[in-house]
Amino acid sequence: MAVSVKVGGFTVAAILAASGAFAQAYPERSITMVVPFAAGGPTDTVARLVAEKMSADLGQQIIVENVGGAGGTLGAGRVASAEADGYTVLLHHIGMATSATLYRSLAYDTLNAFEYVGLVTSVPMTIVARADFEPADFPAFIDYVKANADTVTMANAGIGAASHLCGMMFMSALDVPLVTVPYKGTGPAMTDLLGGQVDIMCDQTTNTTKQIQGGTIKGYAVTSPARLDIFPDMPTAIEGGLDGFEVSIWHGIYSPKGTPAEVNDRLSAALQKALADADIAARFAELGTAPSTAEEATPAALKATLETEIGRWKPVIEAAGVYAD
Amino acid sequence: MELLSNLALGFSTAGSLENLFFCLIGVILGTLIGVLPGIGATATIAMLLPITFQLEPVSSLIMLAGIYYGAQYGGSTTAILINLPGESSSAVTAIDGYQMARKGKAGTALAIAALGSFFAGSVSTLLVAIFAIPLTVVALKFGAAEYFSLMVLGLVSSIALAHGSILKALAMVVTGLLLGLVGTDIYTGAPRFNLGIREYADGLNFVALAVGVFGIAEILRNLEGEVQREVIKTKVSSLLPSKEDFRAMIAPVLRGTAIGSALGILPGGGAILASFASYTVEKKMSKHPEEFGHGAIAGVAGPESANNAGAQTSFIPLLTLGIPANPVMALMVGAMIIQGIVPGPNVAAEQPALFWGIIASMWIGNLMLVILNLPLIGLWVKLLTVPYYVLFPIIMAMCSIGVYSVNSNVYDLYAVAFFGLLGYVLLKLRCEPAPLLLGFVLGPMLEENLRRAMILGRGDPTTFLTRPISLTLLILSLAVLVVVFLPQVRKKRDEVFTESD
Repeated sequence: MAVSVKVGGFTVAAILAASGAFAQAYPERSITMVVPFAAGGPTDTVARLVAEKMSADLGQQIIVENVGGAGGTLGAGRVASAEADGYTVLLHHIGMATSATLYRSLAYDTLNAFEYVGLVTSVPMTIVARADFEPADFPAFIDYVKANADTVTMANAGIGAASHLCGMMFMSALDVPLVTVPYKGTGPAMTDLLGGQVDIMCDQTTNTTKQIQGGTIKGYAVTSPARLDIFPDMPTAIEGGLDGFEVSIWHGIYSPKGTPAEVNDRLSAALQKALADADIAARFAELGTAPSTAEEATPAALKATLETEIGRWKPVIEAAGVYAD
Repeated sequence: MELLSNLALGFSTAGSLENLFFCLIGVILGTLIGVLPGIGATATIAMLLPITFQLEPVSSLIMLAGIYYGAQYGGSTTAILINLPGESSSAVTAIDGYQMARKGKAGTALAIAALGSFFAGSVSTLLVAIFAIPLTVVALKFGAAEYFSLMVLGLVSSIALAHGSILKALAMVVTGLLLGLVGTDIYTGAPRFNLGIREYADGLNFVALAVGVFGIAEILRNLEGEVQREVIKTKVSSLLPSKEDFRAMIAPVLRGTAIGSALGILPGGGAILASFASYTVEKKMSKHPEEFGHGAIAGVAGPESANNAGAQTSFIPLLTLGIPANPVMALMVGAMIIQGIVPGPNVAAEQPALFWGIIASMWIGNLMLVILNLPLIGLWVKLLTVPYYVLFPIIMAMCSIGVYSVNSNVYDLYAVAFFGLLGYVLLKLRCEPAPLLLGFVLGPMLEENLRRAMILGRGDPTTFLTRPISLTLLILSLAVLVVVFLPQVRKKRDEVFTESD
């Protein structure tokens, strides 16, 4: 008996030592973080801020590589088929969940092609309008939009963009179809909103905060569960009577399927440490968002979020009948 | 006198030793990447983003801005020397600049481009300083209908770009328009003409197309016979422009500056039109339109000034609205955000040192570029004496690296190969690639704005006529058409063009 226990204990210890050695060894060289969008965009900015802090903890440089195109599915596809050694990871946002429905044929199986590292941040969205839009507050806004459903125009940054998703959610919450005006990206959409060419839009605080503060557009509501520190007077959409209207652009880090759990945990630990950094909190606050908590920055939390969000958006997208392929 | 105190603040910020240093680094890097074919400012700035973490916000933006307009300078160098435009703006420079180089006037062409750009850069920087804020109001009046009409004017005028048959020019514009359709319909999300290749879901890459039809096609043609290359290398004569050259460039530079400054302000891609528009105007104004396409000085001076002026004034929407006018600007927004400055309408008020520092640095940067580039002209021209069997593999390699670096997409390289062959065939058929590129750039914008205007106008086509700016642009387009097709004018045109055909 005693012998066998000893042997068993030895084996366990040996495995622990081996995995410990692996964790010690990883990372041995620089890590590539694929961002499936163009450099300079909001997701790229989030990635670069986090990558820099994570590099410090990992002791190896994380290089951000932009693999843009096809709503983020090209970059995700690249990582899905990459070597599962922890040296290629993906930072993607809510589009990871929505593209599972928006694209009827993907090069990868969203739920089975990745391992999870953790959530990074959830950027709230704001419902905004051109500066001279008449309604004074959010209840009046809802009444006005309902009453003028055939003339109010709603901008978005293209099929599958955050503003498009939020717009679909808004129309389904109000149960009125609006004239939607797609743009190629947030920049031109915002330009037309500033110029009063379109009426309303729902977009990330990343893009709207400075414009609302500058008075160049009107902010009516936020789509987060609670009010935001930067806009204490702006009600949430739920307060305004839109039940369950909660949209945030959550970002997560993924690795290819088969990446060892120790590696994901090591990355997760580095992520948590990065997110706890005061500098990151300050930069994120400028963008109207906050870093995810240590509990959220875990593989389990990201997996759960992805699964829930795929289920939540599927009916909305199918009801709108919009597909990206 | 607020302007003076603002400018003083700007120059004291930009004139600090540290910022001068980063400005210099920026313009040197910009010139280098501009000269290396295919590697654009976008890829370089993306690669340098991590470095800017460590710098002061003003310094990093001054450096990035330096790369941006430095690349505009450098881009015209390759366009002139080896017919390889790196950006849409230098595509026009390649038409006459390369012909000048083939005639042994490469040095003159480079000097004209540098001096014209410097003048345009200085004037438009002043414009940015004085009028940035009021001009923004005008730019915001441009909605979808106005952009559509502007694009119509651009396309109609593009016929003048051709220096051969009008029919061939039209065919090239239409081919460009069709190639521009490849990608995803932004209104429905439906994929179009992408042959089921997901990598083309966002359309064909402009750099790949330009490198293919201009650069690779030219390499193929040069490989046909080494003889033509010999001609260039033996006849490199004067490096600097003569008095007559100076006289010939003054008016085009002034007009180019005006056109570029005006179009650059529009955030919806007006700057792209600048060099094309300037070329068209110069050809129409010229007493010798037959020289265009065969090394006309005005064909280099005008578009180069226009493109640099547009590059400077396109900072206006970024600085006053926080809205990037092109991918390079978008990267600068990213750099600002990383630095903790979220661009918006209040940047000028909240960060006066940053705002005016960048404006002042633009002028300083332009000055540095001219000082840097004029002595380099001799060196660049010497490059032409490098044996072609050494030069062309290097060009091919640089092009491939450059194109790949934009999106890390191999399919962009396949596109380069395909369009290289296509460009070669077009050369043989004596079809001009410039109208094709213009169609490719304008086509998607034309469609996008047409459909958006129709959506916003509830399907009422009179929206283009009831909006005054749009109406004016359409009337101008009509006027251009009349000039081109009016019988007696046409007869005269035919006389003029028979020589070049």
